[in-house]
Amino acid sequence: MQTTTVVVGAGHCGLAMSRCLADRSIDHVVLERGEVASSWCTRWWDSLRLLTPNWMTRLPGGYAYRGDDPDGYLTAQGVARLIDDYARESAAPVLTGTTVTAVHPASEGYVVRTDQNTWQARTVVLASGACAVPVVPAFAGQLPAGVISVTPDQYRNPAALPDGGVLVVGASATGVQIAEELQRSGRQVTVAVGEHVRVPRRYRGRDIFWWLDAAGVIDERADEMDDLVRARHLPSMQLVGADRTVDLNSLQALGVRVIGRFAGIRDGQAQFSGSLRNVCALADLKLARLLDTIDAYAGGAGERPAPTEVAEVPLGIDLRRGEIRSVVWATGIKANFSWVGVPVFDPRGRLRHEGGVTPWPGLYVIGLPLLRRRRSTFIDGAAADAADLAAHLAAHLDSLASASAS
Amino acid sequence: MTTTAEAHVDNGVNVEALLGVRDALPESPEIAQFQWRSTTSWVHGTHSRSDVETFFGFGEEQQHHTTFSHDVDHPEQFAAQDKGITPVEYVLVALGGCLTAGVAAVAQQRQIQLRSVRATLTAEMDLHGILGADPDARNGFSGVNVSYQIDADATPEEIKALVAQSQKRSAVYDIMTNPTSVTVDVT
Repeated sequence: MQTTTVVVGAGHCGLAMSRCLADRSIDHVVLERGEVASSWCTRWWDSLRLLTPNWMTRLPGGYAYRGDDPDGYLTAQGVARLIDDYARESAAPVLTGTTVTAVHPASEGYVVRTDQNTWQARTVVLASGACAVPVVPAFAGQLPAGVISVTPDQYRNPAALPDGGVLVVGASATGVQIAEELQRSGRQVTVAVGEHVRVPRRYRGRDIFWWLDAAGVIDERADEMDDLVRARHLPSMQLVGADRTVDLNSLQALGVRVIGRFAGIRDGQAQFSGSLRNVCALADLKLARLLDTIDAYAGGAGERPAPTEVAEVPLGIDLRRGEIRSVVWATGIKANFSWVGVPVFDPRGRLRHEGGVTPWPGLYVIGLPLLRRRRSTFIDGAAADAADLAAHLAAHLDSLASASAS
Repeated sequence: MTTTAEAHVDNGVNVEALLGVRDALPESPEIAQFQWRSTTSWVHGTHSRSDVETFFGFGEEQQHHTTFSHDVDHPEQFAAQDKGITPVEYVLVALGGCLTAGVAAVAQQRQIQLRSVRATLTAEMDLHGILGADPDARNGFSGVNVSYQIDADATPEEIKALVAQSQKRSAVYDIMTNPTSVTVDVT
């Protein structure tokens, strides 16, 4: 089978890319291993909602959330429906049930192998998503037998865990949401906190994303950032898709115990870092700078959240004593490009790209955090990223055409 | 009418060289592998001398410009001769030195001119631990406090951020706040 561009993945990014390619009359196909947006339906916990408000769900071609609750937050099923409707309305050329098994360079572009057909394409866009493989520290395997260990993609709701104490590792959006609902379920939750990003749900009467959008904070470009590697590896903002703030203070008010970063296990003893005070100070300072930026945009000043409370906390917990019955590893998630047989990886196995343009001509990636700008991390960033990458891809096709014509 | 020139910030830290190393890492990560070394020789009683001369890094053997020698002892209150500071005080020396180097480097990168930086370090310790008098008391510090007084061309918030960032990037802070595997053998 032959096409000009193969897009791998029919999530919002793959479909945004498809729409921009179609607008340029570039022949393409979108290969999807499951159904359109299927991972939204199958991978996440029951209570998950989008962190961004509904009005901020905008895709190329003027497509956007059309419901009657622009300030609400979509459920995972709602996101899947919206993306599915978008695929239909765009008449995107999606082949579902087609798993890409390998992409290799070929004489004229790429060969894309799947569990169905093999495709030849001039260009390939990797849109298989940033959330493929949970990242768990190496010492997770040293948990004593009898302590249940789950990653967020395995977690559905509190009933999935045994009664008794839970250690939630990580204070990203995932960590704080799961910690909150487990504590509300009657379990004693301990949350181990490393570097984290604290933001209020609302500031000066508006959703935080209204400010980030209006003040241009999320339009900061990746290629203008001082420390892009670090920015791309920051945990997600502590947010829940609801009209309330969830942070370490709100969790502690519910009775959650906050301790330092989970540093290791020795002889059944969990060891926690003594750096809790500093990671909380860093998050509070960063939050203050963000709110300063918003105030500078808006004029005046808003009410500032209280500093993060840090109690005297233990540096170790004996995991054999039964105080902790289960551990939830909210320690991050990463993309899986193991099937990409193109030499575009650095010695640490990370995909090399500049704003989604890989060093191998004609190979692109979309849908990674801070791909081209801060907005890239959110569904709302796909439109600009896809438009930029489609323009680059079209120019590449033009250069191939003129090279073969001369 | 007055004109202002961009103030020249110089804390004596070559930030460009450090960032150059970081930029080289993706292509040659092996140059980042360092080994630090010290030899300790017993002198007499609790007095010993630790020498530091060589290390490995940037892919090859390296050398300080001279051999630095450090006397280690215990004070007279421990029935010792006080020929040098105690090992635990060297830990405070290391932490203060590491965090302060970090403050200077981060200030340089953020274009903040420092005028004076002074850290006061205290560490609490319960002797029951090292004397073996109470199995529940740990040998080491029960807590460490570092208090900075910094005079710089920056707002109080910027100075707090300097100190916070320095902790985040500090090797000794990490060594003290996180477990480290230590192997001791006899050859």
